[in-house]
Amino acid sequence: MKKIWLASGLVILLALGMYIGLRTSDSKWAGVDESVVEKFAIEAKRPPHEPLINIEHGDLPLLVFLLAGAAGGFTAGYCFRGLFPAKSES
Amino acid sequence: MKSKHRSITVILVFTSLLVLSAVPAFAMHITEGILPVQWAVLWFAVSAPFLFLGLRELSLRRQQNAQLMPMIGLVGAAVFIISCMPIPVPAAGTCSHPCGTGIAAIFIGPLLTVVVSSVALLLQALFLAHGGLSTLGANLASMGVAGAFAGYGIFILVKRLTGSWWIAAFLCGLLSDWATYSVTSLQLASALHGTAPFGKFFLTVLLAFVPTQVPLGILEGFLCVGAYRFILTRRPELLKIFTV
Repeated sequence: MKKIWLASGLVILLALGMYIGLRTSDSKWAGVDESVVEKFAIEAKRPPHEPLINIEHGDLPLLVFLLAGAAGGFTAGYCFRGLFPAKSES
Repeated sequence: MKSKHRSITVILVFTSLLVLSAVPAFAMHITEGILPVQWAVLWFAVSAPFLFLGLRELSLRRQQNAQLMPMIGLVGAAVFIISCMPIPVPAAGTCSHPCGTGIAAIFIGPLLTVVVSSVALLLQALFLAHGGLSTLGANLASMGVAGAFAGYGIFILVKRLTGSWWIAAFLCGLLSDWATYSVTSLQLASALHGTAPFGKFFLTVLLAFVPTQVPLGILEGFLCVGAYRFILTRRPELLKIFTV
């Protein structure tokens, strides 16, 4: 019980500490893709392009996720016995 | 009583995650269009043999062990989540992510880690604009190949030399992360150095990653120790069944 409370307390403290730190900081919190990779790429005149298949149009990402989820779910269900075979008795 | 404790823990952890999720964050991988075509093709050529060998190993091992596929799916999902999980690093004021390929390599072997990394990177490129299709080969070479083989190699070496699983697991997580970003630096330097000396450009890019990746590498080391200990104490038979 003690361990659970200690672990939970640590997680909450960490989360709150990070939340307060991030909210009060002036930093942009850019990813290293932006702060390192893109910085050097732009300096070398190779700025990043748009994704080759850009799904960022309105609700299109939702539709694509729905279709991918449905296709993945159907495939997993269709191949269920192959994916999760029964354990042998031996 | 036990279930009550579990419920409390789950609620507390989810609350903390919700608090954290309110913070905008970003991640890495080489983005679409950054690498010139010849370099993108070269890195596809570097990654392709590892992917081919991984697919062949998957085909062989699934015939020997019918339980392998669910484990592969589970490890693949873990690599997908870990490698697009942005973590803010207050010391640097930036965000980045661990890779998860070190721990994956311990559980399923480095070649199968290349296979699961390729699926994770493809999904991230298609759905999350994280990385890119033209840079898939380069990202697979850095995260899937270098990360997995460096992590797995150091884990086996240190475990044999010291006999200590936790030192081995920590170094596996740490060095798989650093190997990934070192290869990313190499890829950027080789493609973009122009008239500047290659070595100097490589060191400049590598040093730019240091403030973010040193703490994150250490975090990934602890993540690796935690995951390995969890399996070792609860389901040690999995390590015998699935590890190479």
